[in-house]
Amino acid sequence: MAEITYREALKQGLREEMLRDDRVFVMGEDVGRNWGGAFKVTKGLAEEFGDERVRDTPISENTIAGAALGAAITGLRPVAEIMFGDLITLAMDQVCNQAAKMRYMFGGQTSVPLVLRSVFGGGRNIASHHSQSLEAWFMHTPGLKIAVPAFAYDVKGLIKTSIRDPDPVMFFEHKLVYDKKEEVPDEEYLVPLGEARVRREGADVTVWGTFLMVHKALEVAEELGREGISVEVIDPRTLVPLDKEALIDSVKKTGRLVLVTEETRTGATTAEVAAVVQEEAFDWLDAPIKRVNAPDTPVPFSPSLEQYFIPDNKRISEAIREIA
Amino acid sequence: MAVSKKTLVELYTQTLKVRLFEEKVWELFGENLVPGTLHLYLGQEAIAAGVTTALKKTDWIQSTHRGHGHVIAKGADMNAALAELLGKKTGSCKGKGGSMHITQFDVGVLGATGVVASGLPIAVGAALSAKMRKTDEVVVCFFGDGASNNGTFGESLNMAAIWQLPLIWVVENNLYAMGTPIALTCPSHNIADRGEAYCTPSVVVDGNNALEVYEAAVEAVKRARSGEGPSLIECKTYRMRGHSRFDQAKYRPEDEVEHWMARDSVEIIKNISLEKKALTNKQAETIRKTLHRAVDKAADFAIKSEHPAPEETLDDVFMEVA
Repeated sequence: MAEITYREALKQGLREEMLRDDRVFVMGEDVGRNWGGAFKVTKGLAEEFGDERVRDTPISENTIAGAALGAAITGLRPVAEIMFGDLITLAMDQVCNQAAKMRYMFGGQTSVPLVLRSVFGGGRNIASHHSQSLEAWFMHTPGLKIAVPAFAYDVKGLIKTSIRDPDPVMFFEHKLVYDKKEEVPDEEYLVPLGEARVRREGADVTVWGTFLMVHKALEVAEELGREGISVEVIDPRTLVPLDKEALIDSVKKTGRLVLVTEETRTGATTAEVAAVVQEEAFDWLDAPIKRVNAPDTPVPFSPSLEQYFIPDNKRISEAIREIA
Repeated sequence: MAVSKKTLVELYTQTLKVRLFEEKVWELFGENLVPGTLHLYLGQEAIAAGVTTALKKTDWIQSTHRGHGHVIAKGADMNAALAELLGKKTGSCKGKGGSMHITQFDVGVLGATGVVASGLPIAVGAALSAKMRKTDEVVVCFFGDGASNNGTFGESLNMAAIWQLPLIWVVENNLYAMGTPIALTCPSHNIADRGEAYCTPSVVVDGNNALEVYEAAVEAVKRARSGEGPSLIECKTYRMRGHSRFDQAKYRPEDEVEHWMARDSVEIIKNISLEKKALTNKQAETIRKTLHRAVDKAADFAIKSEHPAPEETLDDVFMEVA
């Protein structure tokens, strides 16, 4: 076991799959040797695997996604990177109209083993075009699997599984977790798609959240534990498939649920999850489901504004206390 | 270029096959057997015929919303193709795609797409894959004049050129994007000028002449297979009918329509073949009869096939379900 960062774990996962399977290659803006990815995830890979398999592209998001798709259906295993999640807007046709629907509208004639990596989240004062959390858009598009790893162990296991998966996987990361460290096994392991992880067991309230919010929820759970409120924290790890069972089992135990993400509130993944729980576990709920999200505004620039925008420990803690 | 008699017969046969297929589709549509809309390939047959005759079975094509001709010329099973258009379970896409997504992957069709210009990036990826897998496969991407105004045109021509991909861009310039004439949407007379701007060798050919299309395609295929990168072929052509099922194309000037209707792609390649003694009238008639029978048989198969069971709606979203 070694304690490594999320960034390093992700790179290890990519590297292991590139060593294991010649069909795997990486493409995107500035992923190659000059830069190594805007967040340095692919740093060093071009030196090891060459510029063909770690391919810098022009700034052409729609064609990056589409070319990865074309390569995927003709025998390769592309991992395309879109530098910021906000910029997937430029590739929506290839992602949502083509990659997501191709297998279906051609009656199962082909499969699309494509991984599209990108990064969401605020906290770096880079304003409205580089800070959004748009995962719900893709959850609303049938045909896409969605990974949302928040920890080093999970990001490594999930990238490996996603590359081996026969379907398109949107692989979302978060800017403020790249430097977070965790112990990761030395030997090879995989994390399956569709299996949530209970990050902390508790008896009074369940908190379900993604990305940085899982880390914050764990801090809050620690504080509240000292006051005698026992909080269970669940990280879904993937949104599609969604592990409903783990969540509902937890709700049946605690009877109380707080959903926390950095997305703007309306139509967020938390809205869908709340609907699922009230449909499937209504009788076990002892209080209304609480949602903690960002407000329905663009992501602001100034630190004082952005701090207000992103849910903090205090808001998570208040939501838990309200129903505990 | 010396073209063999066998190739001329092939060009005639392919052009006519697409024509007869589309006429059958139009007939079935008239009988209310084709749900939804249709973008007929009638008038443009020589392009699909000329290009695919220059390809191998292992080569790929990317098609469009006006794609029946491409798919049939590439060798798709006519039974499954017609069944797809009728929304039947036996269709090549099991009734999930229909006219705008008619596809047969195992004969080298990457797909047909309902979003104008969305095929270009996919073709880039397939050509990149052909190159990275060290095969000699070539990819052809068909699209219309209208698609050349979309952003993916620039992105994709650029990427194919910088990576010197084995890719052939085939622009079917039928002079109208739905009802909008090209003069209103393109500052140049030729789309091929735009190809040159991306350092891609580009030519303009008569898209109603299968032989001319074929000769240009052979050159482009040679360049692609020998690692010399992409080419663009602009084929000037014309729709024999409107844009889609109910469009009577009244916006087109009469003299323009007359000019093009006199340039029938089947007649053109037939006359060339007769002239070059590749074909006799009698042989041409025999080929026509054989193709007719095949198309009739396909229609019969499609009509008699079952519709998919409603719950098949839920199949094939993912390959692997957790």
